[in-house]
Amino acid sequence: MLKRASWLALVAALVVTVFPFYWMIRTALTPAADLFRDSTALWPSNPTLINFTRVLGLVSSEEARAAGGSGAEIDFLLYTANSLVYSGLIAIVQTLCCAMAGYAFARLRFPGRDLVFGVIVAALMVPPIFTLLPNFVLVKQLDLVNTFPGLVLPSLLMTPFAVFFLRQFFLSIPRDVEEAATLEGIGKWGMFWRIVLPMSRGPLITIGLTTIVWSWKDYLWPLLVGKAEETRVLTVGLGVFLQQSPNRAPDWTGLMAGSVLSVVPVLLLLVFLGRRLVQSLNFSGMK
Amino acid sequence: MQAVLRKRDDRVAGWLFLVPVIVGFLIFYAYPTVRGVWYSFTDYSLLNDPAYVGADNYRELVGDAQFWNALKVTAYYVVVNIGSQTLIALGLAALMHRLTRSVVLRAALLVPWLVPNVTIGLLWAWLLDPDLGFVNHLLGVVGIDTTLSFNSPTWAMPLVALVNSWAYTGYTALLLYAGMLQIPQGLYESAAIDGAGEVRMFRSITLPLLRPIIALVLVVSLIGSFQIFDTVAVVYGGKAPIPEARVIYYYIFQQAFTYFHMGYAAAVAMVLVLVLGVLTALQMRMLRASRSDLG
Repeated sequence: MLKRASWLALVAALVVTVFPFYWMIRTALTPAADLFRDSTALWPSNPTLINFTRVLGLVSSEEARAAGGSGAEIDFLLYTANSLVYSGLIAIVQTLCCAMAGYAFARLRFPGRDLVFGVIVAALMVPPIFTLLPNFVLVKQLDLVNTFPGLVLPSLLMTPFAVFFLRQFFLSIPRDVEEAATLEGIGKWGMFWRIVLPMSRGPLITIGLTTIVWSWKDYLWPLLVGKAEETRVLTVGLGVFLQQSPNRAPDWTGLMAGSVLSVVPVLLLLVFLGRRLVQSLNFSGMK
Repeated sequence: MQAVLRKRDDRVAGWLFLVPVIVGFLIFYAYPTVRGVWYSFTDYSLLNDPAYVGADNYRELVGDAQFWNALKVTAYYVVVNIGSQTLIALGLAALMHRLTRSVVLRAALLVPWLVPNVTIGLLWAWLLDPDLGFVNHLLGVVGIDTTLSFNSPTWAMPLVALVNSWAYTGYTALLLYAGMLQIPQGLYESAAIDGAGEVRMFRSITLPLLRPIIALVLVVSLIGSFQIFDTVAVVYGGKAPIPEARVIYYYIFQQAFTYFHMGYAAAVAMVLVLVLGVLTALQMRMLRASRSDLG
């Protein structure tokens, strides 16, 4: 009895989690003209891909307007590419830089090490919005607003959390291999790149994935620094699309098509690297 | 002799390894932190140079009803969000722990966490559309005569909180579940032999042994929860939210980038730093307490 109720609760949680996404896809496949008539239908009466083609900028603006668009220039193909570059670049560079630092903090001995580490960890306590205001001023003064460098630089080299996480990780791996390598006469630099990094592929991919997900979700910073068309990422594109859409009757079918585009890449990540992502939770659970 | 040499080696290598991180830290964390503190004592509109005004911003803040409202609204949000999210996640984690190891189920629960908050906000703005929203349609079918809307002063904040709980409950559940997997299976087996039921086992084994993880998850998500912005920025169509939903992050954003009160925005952000500082101190204490608890 209790067992049956428990399963029921789990299934209910699953339905509540998944159904909104189903509804997102259903709406994206509905022609704008049928939005009202089909508002409660589980499947559109005339399913169409026009909402996808028009938000991807693949049809002429007359056709897009006829299909329910506002006629404003919207190019989710570009925004998706921008998002991929933004989150991919940050994830790769940041993970490598923070791995170097994490390794130095965990394994190398030099005066000032713990002080520097302490200062970096203390920055964990500063909420992002506090540094965001002056960082915006800085990027503006450097004339980097609406450029890719302006967009990625603040998080490209490090976040305090990644440094902290990777130091903890390097502290936890056994020293034997490195000691053996030292006897072979390998320097610290070669040791890190040729032995330690390949050995730590799993956790590095794990934190890299987490960084990709968080950068993929970023909104406020790209909104302030990259609102222009050329540097617009997906989240900002969705926000602009929403603002252009008429207030009384938003272009829901187009908005949901754009939303689907923001879900697909991370969903692919989950399908191909799901085990790693789930593992990343085990790590953060123990940090 | 050799030991001394190796020490010198580490000194050079150590700092070299740190170069990128230190550069990034100095330019984009340390420098803006100092600058942010300085701004909070200035009158600064982004167009002119910051002009020192002493504690004026802070004095203004004390008498600013909108600021206090933002704090209140945020606290309300945090309580509803963290309360619902943690309780449901704990239940889900316990169910999974005792029933199934299914990776597919866990992956499915993780999906909302992977999706940008902007998308989540849009999706729920659509589901809760007063005229065509499916959730409001369902309420009608069940016979509830209320229309849920982000524009309702009563419902605005609970709705935003529940939407974000929806997005983060699966993630939280998986964190707690990972903690539960560390509990020795034997404990449950011997409890079962002693005739303990599932509810009893949850109360006497799972909960006490999971306490440190719960404390950790609670405080980490609490600090994250204070930083609610994206959802509010989206569900009002990209326009300013109603006062009942103007959270502290949005208030800072508005002061800085709508009214160009950079100095004042920095002062409000300082208050947020203090609030989160107290919470972090609390976190440290709880962590220490929980560690000694585990033995």
